[in-house]
Amino acid sequence: MTVLETRSIADQPRYDCRDAYVETLAQLAEADHRIVGVVNDSVGSSKLNSFRKAFPDRLINVGIAEQDMVGVASGLANGGRIPFVSAASCFLTARALEQIKADVAYSNTNVKLCGMSPGVAYGELGPTHHSIEDIAWLRAIANMTVIVPADPIETAAALRWAAAVDGPVFIRVSRMSVPKVYADDYSFELGKAITVREGNDVTLISNGTVLWRALAAAEQLAAEGISARVLSMPTVKPLDTEAVVAAARETAGIVTAEEAVAAGGLGGAVAETVVQQHPARVTILGFPEFAPTGSAGYLLDRYGLSADGIADAARELVRTGS
Amino acid sequence: MTLTAEHATMPVLGRLPMHSSRAEQVAHIAEAARQIRIQDLKLVHYAGAGHIGGDFSAIDILATLYGAVLDISPETVHDPERDRFILSKGHVAGALYTTLAAFGFLPVQELATFLKPLSALNGHPNRNKVAGVEANTGPLGHGLPVAVGHALSAKLDVSLRRTYVLVGDGELQEGSNWEAMMAASQYQLDRLTVIVDRNRLQQGATTKETNDLDPLPDKAAAFGFAVVEVNGHDHGELLDVLSAVPFRPGKPTFVIAHTHKGHPISFMSNNVAWHHRVPDAAEFEQALKELK
Repeated sequence: MTVLETRSIADQPRYDCRDAYVETLAQLAEADHRIVGVVNDSVGSSKLNSFRKAFPDRLINVGIAEQDMVGVASGLANGGRIPFVSAASCFLTARALEQIKADVAYSNTNVKLCGMSPGVAYGELGPTHHSIEDIAWLRAIANMTVIVPADPIETAAALRWAAAVDGPVFIRVSRMSVPKVYADDYSFELGKAITVREGNDVTLISNGTVLWRALAAAEQLAAEGISARVLSMPTVKPLDTEAVVAAARETAGIVTAEEAVAAGGLGGAVAETVVQQHPARVTILGFPEFAPTGSAGYLLDRYGLSADGIADAARELVRTGS
Repeated sequence: MTLTAEHATMPVLGRLPMHSSRAEQVAHIAEAARQIRIQDLKLVHYAGAGHIGGDFSAIDILATLYGAVLDISPETVHDPERDRFILSKGHVAGALYTTLAAFGFLPVQELATFLKPLSALNGHPNRNKVAGVEANTGPLGHGLPVAVGHALSAKLDVSLRRTYVLVGDGELQEGSNWEAMMAASQYQLDRLTVIVDRNRLQQGATTKETNDLDPLPDKAAAFGFAVVEVNGHDHGELLDVLSAVPFRPGKPTFVIAHTHKGHPISFMSNNVAWHHRVPDAAEFEQALKELK
């Protein structure tokens, strides 16, 4: 990629991943009668109006009742259904955390939890509506798979994968517009990092809405003669530890960047791996505190999750050596 | 003394033949309940832990369900069309395991492993470890939402399979139950039956002293349920009511089973101290005598 191309990634059309979500869910439901949607009054915010029209009986709206929503999904799964729970990630994961733990993960039921509008997507609504802790919480629960797609193509592919496997899955579905990072023939593979850019001086590991910003950062660095590897890490759990260890071994250090709290998410997972398997320098970019009010874009910039911020962190790692 | 195989000695009763008379069914349930209590007493005494008060409160309900009501057997335990029973008050797992053993879902000898390291018989039931357990419960307020999901899936399948869920009365203090009741009513889940083990005691005090549930029948009715009250230790009443649901087409059923914690043991019955107390040797012998 050249600098020009980097500019072009930022200039490319942006997509709301929820559109890919509802389109894919409808395709899956068309092909498999077992698939149902479960929502907490979140039909509109999950963009599921068309799904409701197509499958009126198969969109179960329990109202504003998240604990019930997740319990109901567990019961539906026991009855042979494949429920896709679709709710704002801040309420789904926080309010129903014990149900996610006991009724879904510990029970090993075939429930797909789709955390809509995660991270700081609801920027102006403040920390009650920010869902920056969801990855850390769900990553701590056994049996739970945690996926953070970076664009509409990966969102659709992750959904198709989740529908085909038997067991609990959490997928973050962003409402923050992102350019496409992947070609249309992308197919999701569980627990595999994707090297979206080769490089040997430093490694950037990212996912979700921040991945394309990491790519843009790599372009800036390339212009200065710094070769940055960019790993896309859609599966936070199980983590591709081989790719992380290779990065630790082959480059001066790792910068992780995600739209999440700096403790316990992708950065935490990478740091745990590095510390245990191949000690190396890791800079974790994320939110260190409750974010103030402001648009999602503003908040990402403010906390160093812009292309500039990621490039700064990488430059610092390279400058101070390994 | 620890729990060993020789303490797991209950007879396996199984189901009565089809078309048994009501009197035969009631007698069968009564004998099952007696045997289950004897075995459960041993379970708790020898394991040195358990929730015998809540176990004994619920055993007549469990014996009625598995003895005569639920369309489920050890052979059909994984049949998608089986009836579902969810024990929401998961801390009385001992009563459920003993009931499952009494009806052949679980080898009686396995009861000897209750609470031991690596046993499938945890202090709270696990659906992936024990055939016949439909949901992992323990934290309160989980069973009813899960049961609503079961009943919804049956409705989507246009299936006649039924869902029963047993909740403790103290457990109804968890708000998730009321969320689930609203949904059950909204979706007109008339093949869902909620049974409340109304023993009026929670861990440390009466429900009235803690966070009063009354008027419980009115509350359940206001949430859209057909409400029935029964003596939760009368096998005939339980059989009649639990076999006859739904009481109102289009409405889920709410059975308030009036019970006593520790029933029928003289020194345990309606005594809050027996939430999770373990009978010592003298108490064990006395209880055993009362059950014979």
